[in-house]
Amino acid sequence: MSETKKKFVITRFDPEKDESPRTQEYEIPVQGDWKVLDAINYIKDEVDPSVCHRWSCRMAVCGSCGMMVDGEPKLTCKTSLAEYGDTVVVEPLANFPIVRDLVVELEGFMEKFKRVKPWVVRAKEQAAEKSGGGTYAQSPEELAEFKKFSMCINCMLCYAACPVVANEGEFLGPAAIALGHRYNLDSRDEGESERNEIFRGEGTIYSCSFAHECSEVCPKNVDPAAAINQAKFSALIDWAQNLVLPKGRAGGA
Amino acid sequence: MVEVSRHDIIIVGGGGAGLRAAIAAATADPSASIALVSKVYPMRSHTVSAEGGAAGVAREDDSLEMHGQDTVKGSDFLGDQDVIEYFVEQAPKELALLENWGCPWSRNEDGTVATRAFGGMTVKRTWYATDKVGFHMLHSLFQHSMRFDNIVRYDEYYVSKLLVDDGACRGVSALNIRTGETHAILGRSVILATGGAGKVFPFTTNGMIKTGDGMALAYRAGVPLKDMEFIQYHPTGLPGTGILITEATRGEGGYLRNKDGDRFLVEYDYGVGQKAELGPRDMISRAIILEVEAGRALEGPYGAYVHLDLTHLGEEAIDAKLPFVRELGRIYQGIDPVYEPIAIRPVAHYMMGGVDTDIDAATELPGLYAAGEMACVSLNGANRLGSNSLTECLVFGAVAGEKALAHAQATNEGSEDRLRQQAEEEGARIDALRGSTNGSEKISAIRREMNTAMETGCGVFRDQESMAATIAALAPLKPRAQQLALSDSSKVFNTEIIAALELTNMLDVAEAIAVSAHSRKESRGAHTCRDFTTRDDQQYLYHTLCYHEPSAPRLSKKDVRLDHWEPVERKY
Repeated sequence: MSETKKKFVITRFDPEKDESPRTQEYEIPVQGDWKVLDAINYIKDEVDPSVCHRWSCRMAVCGSCGMMVDGEPKLTCKTSLAEYGDTVVVEPLANFPIVRDLVVELEGFMEKFKRVKPWVVRAKEQAAEKSGGGTYAQSPEELAEFKKFSMCINCMLCYAACPVVANEGEFLGPAAIALGHRYNLDSRDEGESERNEIFRGEGTIYSCSFAHECSEVCPKNVDPAAAINQAKFSALIDWAQNLVLPKGRAGGA
Repeated sequence: MVEVSRHDIIIVGGGGAGLRAAIAAATADPSASIALVSKVYPMRSHTVSAEGGAAGVAREDDSLEMHGQDTVKGSDFLGDQDVIEYFVEQAPKELALLENWGCPWSRNEDGTVATRAFGGMTVKRTWYATDKVGFHMLHSLFQHSMRFDNIVRYDEYYVSKLLVDDGACRGVSALNIRTGETHAILGRSVILATGGAGKVFPFTTNGMIKTGDGMALAYRAGVPLKDMEFIQYHPTGLPGTGILITEATRGEGGYLRNKDGDRFLVEYDYGVGQKAELGPRDMISRAIILEVEAGRALEGPYGAYVHLDLTHLGEEAIDAKLPFVRELGRIYQGIDPVYEPIAIRPVAHYMMGGVDTDIDAATELPGLYAAGEMACVSLNGANRLGSNSLTECLVFGAVAGEKALAHAQATNEGSEDRLRQQAEEEGARIDALRGSTNGSEKISAIRREMNTAMETGCGVFRDQESMAATIAALAPLKPRAQQLALSDSSKVFNTEIIAALELTNMLDVAEAIAVSAHSRKESRGAHTCRDFTTRDDQQYLYHTLCYHEPSAPRLSKKDVRLDHWEPVERKY
């Protein structure tokens, strides 16, 4: 395996010592088949164990290792090092407060995530469980309606890329809206009106400027921009129907 | 002073088993306060990496008896049969509940849930959501858990000690990773659900977080680890990274081929019979190693490998049922499985052993429960069948939640002063360790030596000499791990001290594996000895218990529960 050297410029920030983030450079040997994460792990293990970052699965599914690589939000375990030059700049995800080094604050997102009621809402029953047991019927076509939007790994790259999040931190944001929309599209769910009420509030779907950056950077092809666009439309339809039928939604809409 | 908080139940681990336990307890008693403590945000838990599916009888041509029979045979008759019977009965109900909670199971045309073939299963009983089943299961559970306001999460808290008072477990000492402060989280029962310890091996499908924390916590609190010698090697991992390529590839019709292009499971007798690629994992992993030894493997930059060939399945079927495999092949091997075979080799994947529990998920220590991979309820015996473990997380996660709740309702809180005192001491220990330069040892170096030792003696094939060498190589590592040179003295998100604590846990677990393995002089399931090549029911039809002792682990035996199926020779 070919071995060369690369220089990594890594953001360092320890709130106990630093007033503001600084950078530190590390020159290390790299293998030809490494991902960006492999280089950061090498630095952590062999050069400077005080560098802090999050990672786990190293197979692009746990969503832990999102960082800015040469200014772009990337899932570092999925991103080939070979695509970069002799110097690689690694920073914490943009648009999030920094906790330490490459670790960002996720609490704000976790709150947004819960706001969209990401669970199956049934109109009559208190709980989601089917009375009498067994499964709900769902055709492959009904599944396909929402499947794409259920693929989000919560890696936060879309928040780092979103120009609206950059200016308006309270914006519900791409992943959370896509998730709410995913349940709205699920044939088992009957909570669309509740979620649409949330969506019609301040700082949600209508704040989106449709820059489409979220879908560009999504490592799982979830296409949150499409989810937001669809959500805008259905929230509007739902609102109009509520004007006509104030007690609830028209059947099957 | 450590911060103290109080709940009814504390769950450590936010993966499949921990979340299921939390939901079970929260549903059974909406007034109960349930703490869910995890060193990562729950959606990062390693359940997320499971791919192929979850087993539960769903079809007319299947039965609970058949699922039980397959499981006990797969276990090489070391599974407890009362546990297996309970498991197969609960499995379809649990999978249906997960469906009700939003899991996007793949469907048949008529809207029913689709099932696929899996290794060692006689009929299609593995429920799937393409090939990202663990991911969908975990996210469905996590999202559903958010409905319950009585589940209180402690995200990114690292539990480093169980708090025991008056003979019962009544809390945990947890390091808030964000602040570096120690926190005493008190409750009347504790459930451990922290998963396996694949990272004791150098080549594993497991993520970085799988360091056996819960196993080590229970072990050091005096609870035995059971059947630790049984390590499952998954036949199909990517050389180099160890990334899992799901057994569903074979369930959907993929072939294993040697360098001559031969389907060696068909050409040669490896005990899998007509099942061929749908044989159980232990047998197929052995077959691959024997192909390598026979000179019929290929050679690459990461050593010998064989081919997993999906090319005859076609692009449409692969995209419909195995899209993640295609993605993994492209990103991590630089090949497209639609057109080229995937290079694979056996990889450490799953621990059949774990914290000894009874059928109620209860351990020997009152108030302490365990579920999921970190527990050994003895469903899997000497070899787990693929797709039984995700279901196990649900079935025994739910049991743990309900039983721990019942225990909490019937017991007292213990002495808060004494529990707090233990957490104070644990906090002081961690404070002293942080940035400590008492020694000169390096975490990564000790970890590497441990990994090498485990690969040497506890691989697919073992013998007395190599296992003894592993035990000898591990012995000096524990004292050395007490002499670390740490460089990070910050309290904020200090991942170096977490790595140091994880290393201590892994060394305890590694030793328990090696010592347990060395004591079993037979070949059963995943424990295959070159010097004791057959199963010996006369002498070894028992569970190995491993107790923590200051000098060396102490071994003991526990009966296998046999009341339904007669142990017979395991042939396919």
